[in-house]
Amino acid sequence: MLAEELKNIAVHEREAKAAVGACVNVCGAAGCQSLQSDALAKALVEAAAAQGYGPESCVVRKVGCLGLCGAGPLVSVEPAGIIYQRVQPSDAPDIVNALQGPPVKRINLDSKLPFFARQQRIVLENSGRIDPERLEDYIAADGYLALTTVLSEMTPSDVIAEIEKSGLRGRGGAGYPTGLKWGTVAKAIGSPKMVVCNADEGDPGAFMDRAVLESDPHRVLEGMAIAAYAVGASEGYIYVRAEYPLAVARLKTAIRLAERQELLGNGICGTQFNFRIAIRLGAGAFVCGEETALMASIEGKRGTPRPRPPYPAESGLWGHPTLINNVETFANIAPIIRRGGAWFAGIGTERSKGTKVFALAGRITNTGLIEVPMGITLRDIVFEIGGGVPEGRHLKAVQTGGPSGGCIPESFLDTPVDYETLTKLGSIMGSGGMIVMDETSSMVDVARYFMEFCMTESCGKCIPCRAGTAQMYNLLGRFVDRTATRADLAQLEQLCDLVRNTSLCGLGQSAPNPVSSTLRYFRPEYEATFATEGGE
Amino acid sequence: MFAYLQKCEPPSNDKRWKIIAATMRKLGNERQALIEALHSYQQAFGYLDKPGLTYIAASLKIPLSQVYGAATFYNHFTMKPQGEHACVVCTGTACYIKGAADLLKSIFNAEGVKPGETTPDGRLSILTARCFGACGLAPVVVVDGDVVGRITTDVLEQRLRKVLGHAG
Ligand SMILES: Cc1cc2nc3c(=O)[nH]c(=O)nc-3n(C[C@H](O)[C@H](O)[C@H](O)COP(=O)(O)O)c2cc1C
Ligand code: FES
Repeated sequence: MLAEELKNIAVHEREAKAAVGACVNVCGAAGCQSLQSDALAKALVEAAAAQGYGPESCVVRKVGCLGLCGAGPLVSVEPAGIIYQRVQPSDAPDIVNALQGPPVKRINLDSKLPFFARQQRIVLENSGRIDPERLEDYIAADGYLALTTVLSEMTPSDVIAEIEKSGLRGRGGAGYPTGLKWGTVAKAIGSPKMVVCNADEGDPGAFMDRAVLESDPHRVLEGMAIAAYAVGASEGYIYVRAEYPLAVARLKTAIRLAERQELLGNGICGTQFNFRIAIRLGAGAFVCGEETALMASIEGKRGTPRPRPPYPAESGLWGHPTLINNVETFANIAPIIRRGGAWFAGIGTERSKGTKVFALAGRITNTGLIEVPMGITLRDIVFEIGGGVPEGRHLKAVQTGGPSGGCIPESFLDTPVDYETLTKLGSIMGSGGMIVMDETSSMVDVARYFMEFCMTESCGKCIPCRAGTAQMYNLLGRFVDRTATRADLAQLEQLCDLVRNTSLCGLGQSAPNPVSSTLRYFRPEYEATFATEGGE
Repeated sequence: MFAYLQKCEPPSNDKRWKIIAATMRKLGNERQALIEALHSYQQAFGYLDKPGLTYIAASLKIPLSQVYGAATFYNHFTMKPQGEHACVVCTGTACYIKGAADLLKSIFNAEGVKPGETTPDGRLSILTARCFGACGLAPVVVVDGDVVGRITTDVLEQRLRKVLGHAG
């Protein structure tokens, strides 16, 4: 498709949408879908027809994630800007009836709530606003504009310079500067080059990438295509967890539609640029989120990591130079190109630019997906946006970074969220999972839970991780069973050091984090479990 | 070359093998098709076994040991026949914090099976998974493919009774 045609579609779509009286959007992402939002959409269509609305006066659409998953199924009404929560099919007639007047009170959710008002949406700008299965919807929201701009007006090095200027850092966990990574792959010798999207989202308790893929799949494809142009790649892979069947289905649809319009495939947008994307399914191994293990898995092998260097940038998939980025990283690319690296760099903190999507879950009132500027405090996230801890309980800790991260106690809630600060606190930014815990959670239990996770997910290739996590798990068991001694505590601390410093990959290197962070902030909880007073 | 690698025929006349053959062919009958082939195998038959793995090894021209290695490495694949019905309890962090362990306990009390086991009559398998990405609705259980969020032990017991067709 050419830039001109793209513009025509966008104009046409926007006009068509403006001409419709009201748009009723039903969340069709996995969370709300599990609450029967399909039946709800059907009920709304029937109610609209029954009350005399035609396609010109009211359309019912299925959109992506509206964010507040804990209050699903969610429905939004445009242009009025009304949001309804916990909607049942039986509410449909009332919702349609209220299109001309004030909203239905019993299910109305105030859209001025801090949960919505305090967010800043870049990655999720289209989420809940477009139908993820329609390419035209994405185009109407300036979709693929960045790709056509890049292909017609920018050289690959211009693109890389723009990404560097934005200060974007990888959203997969480690925060490596994206522009720098792209530059390395662009300079690497060898062809063909590969672009891989890491959609393995292994952190149990995180669902940012799932939401992006289900709500706005084209955004990820566009980001990957721009990356491919910048680094000179012609083949792309998206490695998705098998646990996300809806995301896989939407990606497949999106790829098919984009190929049909020559936005992917051969001769993209009438240029010489070719780029194909294939999907590969994960098979339930956390370690496959690690980049070298992920590539082994795509190659059809067991997903075991290998030492780096060589980095994937030099020798990745089948030995070819490979760029690997996270879903959210790719989702940031199109807006950066459209609005400029300087605009992006103006958001966030000195060293962490832009926004971050977090998945709020656990003991928190508003569970769901949020996108906030870097540098916001944990307190604002948990208490303002998240609505605090329910049932009159108190916040004990916030867990970030999943099994590779740590628990941050209430006393540090005023620290700004950015890569460096979270690391200093003994946790990590991670991919964006944020689990809130109240006083009903024992920190020793939590530490053991994560250690059990790392122990079962260890691929077994290196001894410190394979044997170390098992030893630590057993030691933690003594604390849970109240048979531990002070010597056990000392040994646990020693093992933390050993496993961290001698493991082969990030899994083992970060496996001690949940233990060491809870030891740092909640040590008395460990000591209270000694079998004898003083633990001798 | 091992003899078993030369005989590239499906273990039976079952039509489902055609789907698996097509998956492998689409990816050039090469090693890179292995994980996709195992996926389509398990989807078609419910579990993997040795004759099937041997067929895949022969088709992709890789040693059976490596096919077996991959099949046992990934949690998603199982080599045990599954019960008629499956109940998968999420044990991801969000669900753990919201009481996944209580759900498993209540299942054990009601049906007498632990995660990874199937009831002796072969009616129900209990499995665990690490997060379905529906953490906003924790705790989450998937019963025969239906995701059920915000579940309580009572609702789960009812649900299981319903799929198993018990009265009450
Ligand atoms: C054990 C382990 C698990 C990981 N899991 C993921 C994951 O689920 N998703 C992801 O994007 N990155 C994951 N990573 C990070 C990747 O190795 C890699 O750094 C990342 O995909 C690079 O993309 P980025 O630069 O865009 O962040 C994991 C790393 C380790 C060590
Ligand atoms: S932790 Fe259970 S669905 Fe995510």
